[in-house]
Amino acid sequence: MAIELKMPALSPTMEEGTLTRWLVKEGDPIKAGEILAEIETDKAIMEFEAVDEGVITKILIPEGSENVKVGTAIAYLGTDANDVTLDGASAETKAEESIPVAPPAKTEAAAVEEAATPSLSKVINSAPEIPEGTEFFQQTLREALRDAMAEEMRRDDRVFVMGEEVAEYQGAYKVTQGLLQEFGARRVVDTPISEYGFSGIGVGAAMEGLRPVIEFMTMNFSMQAIDHIINSAAKTHYMSGGQVRCPIVFRGPNGAAPRVGAQHTQNFGPWYAAVPGLVVLAPYDAIDAKGLLKAAIRSDDPVVFLECELLYGKTFDVPKMDDFVLPIGKARIIREGKDVTIVSYSIGVSFALTAAEALAKEGIDAEVIDLRTLRPLDKETILQSLAKTNRIVTVEDGWPVCSISSEIAAIAMEEGFDNLDAPVLRVTNADTPTPYAENLEKKGLVNPEAIIEAVRKVCYRK
Amino acid sequence: MAKATQDSNRPHKADVGSAIPNHDLPPIPGRYHADREELLEFYRRMLMIRRFEERCGQLYGLGLIAGFCHLYIGQEAVAVGLQAALQPGRDSVITGYREHGHMLAYGIDPKIVMAELTGRASGISHGKGGSMHMFSTEHKFFGGNGIVGAQVPLGAGLAFAHKYRNDGGCSAAYFGDGSANQGQVYEAYNMAALWKLPVIFVIENNGYAMGTSIQRANAHTALSERGAGFGIPALVVDGMDVLEVRGAATVAVDWVQAGKGPIILEMKTYRYRGHSMSDPARYRSREEVNDMKENHDPLDNLKKDLFAAGIPEAELVKLDEDIRQQVKEAADFAEKAPLPADEELYTNILVGKY
Repeated sequence: MAIELKMPALSPTMEEGTLTRWLVKEGDPIKAGEILAEIETDKAIMEFEAVDEGVITKILIPEGSENVKVGTAIAYLGTDANDVTLDGASAETKAEESIPVAPPAKTEAAAVEEAATPSLSKVINSAPEIPEGTEFFQQTLREALRDAMAEEMRRDDRVFVMGEEVAEYQGAYKVTQGLLQEFGARRVVDTPISEYGFSGIGVGAAMEGLRPVIEFMTMNFSMQAIDHIINSAAKTHYMSGGQVRCPIVFRGPNGAAPRVGAQHTQNFGPWYAAVPGLVVLAPYDAIDAKGLLKAAIRSDDPVVFLECELLYGKTFDVPKMDDFVLPIGKARIIREGKDVTIVSYSIGVSFALTAAEALAKEGIDAEVIDLRTLRPLDKETILQSLAKTNRIVTVEDGWPVCSISSEIAAIAMEEGFDNLDAPVLRVTNADTPTPYAENLEKKGLVNPEAIIEAVRKVCYRK
Repeated sequence: MAKATQDSNRPHKADVGSAIPNHDLPPIPGRYHADREELLEFYRRMLMIRRFEERCGQLYGLGLIAGFCHLYIGQEAVAVGLQAALQPGRDSVITGYREHGHMLAYGIDPKIVMAELTGRASGISHGKGGSMHMFSTEHKFFGGNGIVGAQVPLGAGLAFAHKYRNDGGCSAAYFGDGSANQGQVYEAYNMAALWKLPVIFVIENNGYAMGTSIQRANAHTALSERGAGFGIPALVVDGMDVLEVRGAATVAVDWVQAGKGPIILEMKTYRYRGHSMSDPARYRSREEVNDMKENHDPLDNLKKDLFAAGIPEAELVKLDEDIRQQVKEAADFAEKAPLPADEELYTNILVGKY
């Protein structure tokens, strides 16, 4: 009886990986627990260990192979004497006994990937700030973020990165990959697990003239440090009558990640955007992530920079420009339309674009606004679009109550009332902690179908 | 000194020997030998704080100062002694909300400190900070922080910047015995020791965290020993004697500047007034307060040294008159100075225009 060894899922967001190295060869006897191979996930290089005893009868995927999908058979393990023929073709599969793998069905991350890569006729693939004729190259969101930090660190010695696992581990989500090698331990600082403490140290260093980039492994842990973000960083410039400055960036993955439960699934956009004295950025694609992170690092103000874990591994076109810095406080019309305005940010933009494409088939031409900056909010772009379409649907990967969506609804009422032909509708996550069970989680998270439904309502269709 | 029962007022090392095996420990500081001019300067600054704070109490009663107002009376020797060992323009300082005295110890004009207390445009924070939020970037003084204990990691961050730039500077982070029970203090201790940050952690132990005595709030009251788990040495110092403080400050500055990492100075001190203006301080006996005032007052302590240096009482009386005059002028200024313009509500929120 031979067991089919399958490409394992070794992180919550892993869809495929690189089979970096085989540590065994065909014919090798294997003990349970033995390391068989090294596999590079979207986050790190992981060891793949044997569950069963046997002999490697056939290696199906050679080392160095990239983009090996989770669930792909990579080798056969013979578990009785008859198997040891080094003849993979005769091996039977016994999936239930093999290494646990991710469900082969489309995972949430795959759905997101798909949603984020629609062939959209009217999507504007570059930020309006990029000059015409600029060349583009492909880059993942995490690479764009890393390049933004590296470029700013090369430019300004005051910039340093501090956080848990940012240096030797190369970043818990690999966003700081390679920074330690280039800049050394003075400027890429691993901290103990002490969010409150190292955030305070970062703010103190910023007050003394440095430009810290503080990484939270996820923004969920920023709640441990929220006192320093608000009371120390956001308020000191004001309290000191303009004397003290606090040029610091707090960054990290924010919002939903698949199947990680309530404490690790939360959107802090509305929390931080409520605070005068902070700048809050939440880009969607790699273009904006790069241009805005560079702007954040150069800003003289404290900036909360919210990233999306589900998008870290997604590839976007990024402009080939020596020094690409985007303005803070400017939203971007990412799809032009005339019938309804869908306002969103971060991963919500991908759902909005997918919905817009589906709506186009129904004859509804949706304009999609990517806010990019949550504070200060670009009201002008929203209100101008409202004046054109007379309808707003907001889309937010977060709770509905006291949300960015609520704020947009208020702005539309207060400043755009005469242009509204329908109530503003909010499409958000459910007003609950995030559950673990796959079906409940899916039901609770914002999705294109809900957006389509809301748009039909404000357009008085069906 | 909180209970005035300490055997010796001489500085001594915190008992961390067994917790820090083979650790290089700082020497026992000597009481500082000040010359005549220095003695007078210490006296002048402490007296300025005393008279200034007394006046604050009056102005509070008149409704000219509002909100929270925490007076430094009794603790003058700590800020004055420490400040004198730091190099202006190089070393940075941060403290909590009982910071009027720290501002004055720097020699900052009492007029703009008082004008901040009355919420005027000419106040050091243009009236937008108030009693608890005063800063001076010119003096590298970073407040003026209202969240108990927050100044400790912030102070370690100031030291991080000095070490990062290798500019020879250090930081002093002052906090009280109440702050010493905040978790973030120990996060800061750990990282400061781990990264050998040049930071002096100054515990102003006045015996009471608002109304809770140190005995009622601490499982082990020797706050100086709490750095031991991180390998941080500590000195326990009579914070009612400015020359002892000044002597210990020299040892501490030398220690952190030699790259040996942080050091803790536990200053045993006492506040004569309540925690804030609204605190009647009924949690301690009149006898206890009177004993501190009569037998341990930092100004009286220094007077003995002044007399020993041959400075006549008349000179001190004259000094007091001068200071009272300056404080009166500051109070008059603070009362008459204009309020901030209405537009100031919306300024200094962000530096950038977005």
